[in-house]
Amino acid sequence: MIIPRVPAQHRRLLPDRRLSGPTPWVIAILMLLTLLAAAAGVGLARSANAIGSAIAGRVTVQIVTANPVVRAEQAAALRRAAAAQPFVRTARAVEQAELRATLGQWFGTTEGDDPVLRSLPLPALVDIDFVGENRAGHMAQLRALVAREAPGARIIPHAEWLGPVARLIRSLAWVAGGLVLLMTLASAAVVIMTARAALGTHYATIEMLHLIGATDQQITRLFQRRIAIDTAYGIALGTVVAAAILLLIGWQWSGVTSGLAETASLGPAGWALLLALPLLAIALAALTARQTLLAALKKIL
Amino acid sequence: MVEFSGVGLRYGPDAEILSDISFNLQPGSFYFLTGASGAGKTSLLKMLYLAQRPSRGIVRLFGEDLVSMPRHRLPGFRRRIGVVFQDFRLLPHLSARDNIALPLRIAGVGEEDLSGPVGEMLSWIGLGERADARPATLSGGEQQRVAIARAVIARPQLLVADEPTGNVDPDMAMRLLGLFEALNRLGTTVVVATHDIHLISRIENAQMMRLEKGRLSDPTGALRYPPNRT
Repeated sequence: MIIPRVPAQHRRLLPDRRLSGPTPWVIAILMLLTLLAAAAGVGLARSANAIGSAIAGRVTVQIVTANPVVRAEQAAALRRAAAAQPFVRTARAVEQAELRATLGQWFGTTEGDDPVLRSLPLPALVDIDFVGENRAGHMAQLRALVAREAPGARIIPHAEWLGPVARLIRSLAWVAGGLVLLMTLASAAVVIMTARAALGTHYATIEMLHLIGATDQQITRLFQRRIAIDTAYGIALGTVVAAAILLLIGWQWSGVTSGLAETASLGPAGWALLLALPLLAIALAALTARQTLLAALKKIL
Repeated sequence: MVEFSGVGLRYGPDAEILSDISFNLQPGSFYFLTGASGAGKTSLLKMLYLAQRPSRGIVRLFGEDLVSMPRHRLPGFRRRIGVVFQDFRLLPHLSARDNIALPLRIAGVGEEDLSGPVGEMLSWIGLGERADARPATLSGGEQQRVAIARAVIARPQLLVADEPTGNVDPDMAMRLLGLFEALNRLGTTVVVATHDIHLISRIENAQMMRLEKGRLSDPTGALRYPPNRT
């Protein structure tokens, strides 16, 4: 039972309706930060996973033969040969116009009609996506194919240049997870201090209850209930504010449609985790309070 | 009922404040514990109502060794003991009615079974009209009566009272002693610590134990020749 049942008449054995003090506010702030860190961690982890799976099985073959006609022929031959292989899901020759349009952004033109740009010898690129997970075997087969159809071409696995980015994002996700853990520990510490302070404040009452035959469990239930309710108030407040912030960020994020930003979202599992965290926090607070109280009461005869 | 054998008590590294205490309280008997201030009466009572374990010796209560008894069994024994504290120890945030009902609530008595006994007790101590008053609004004597009512409401087998008549007028003192005597006749063993030697003569067959500098003597022979000793 997260918040133990205590008969109404027994609740009055402790003075005050609630344990006064800053506990609910501190718990609210910690819960807010915990949820924001958890949301960031989930978003970053999903982003890293999305990038990782997108780049893991993709390579680009770069054909740099000087003769543009031979270059184009080799690209077309490689694309046809690759597309016929069982280990290849898709093979696509990147259009020269597409390459110029990409480079044009750096040259300050979007039409690709820049004379300097038109004079540049652009390589022919073929994007290839592998089937399945046997990437080492597929790479060996692809190397043999490239050596036959486009000798001298370079094979560039996307994981080589986007892998560090994915690893960085994954590291940030771990940092966010660490922050969640630290703030959970801080919340537990606040509950422990609250429980000890409550015992100190109400020591005379506890001593009296002991002397007329109250058990540790009876006394613990009284305090555990109070502390659980106080922390539940704080957790609810922190959750409401965090939800508002996350929804606002999500609304603004929905307008970002480029690059890595597109891959960052919480997903159903992420939202479920965020919804579960406050409940877990209340359970943790109640359990922590119970263990702290029982341990402290054991020191009294 | 209660057996102390070679009991000593010290707080921390200091010298013993109680030494070589040995006595045997018989069921249904009435004992007065006297002695000068600082003689150790309250410390002896603390061991009787299980607020303190002895530093040495044997303490048996209701036939069980309390020195080695695990903590979790103590509440069951405490519920069989009523205690009137010298400083009352009423819970200040509870009404007189709720303070008196406390032992019954702790023992798990339902609310429907509480009101009768608690109401009778309030009437008996003359506080029927002030049942909802908080201790802070009661006089010293009224608080003491509430404390006594709380101690006896659950019909304890052993009643321990530390200066129970110290704050009440002579008439109320006699009424309270009458209550203790009535309980005693019903089988409750009563131990009353008091300075008031005159009270002792008011209770028929009462025995007296005297504490002097932490050691026990028995001017009425209660310890050497208790009336019901087996």
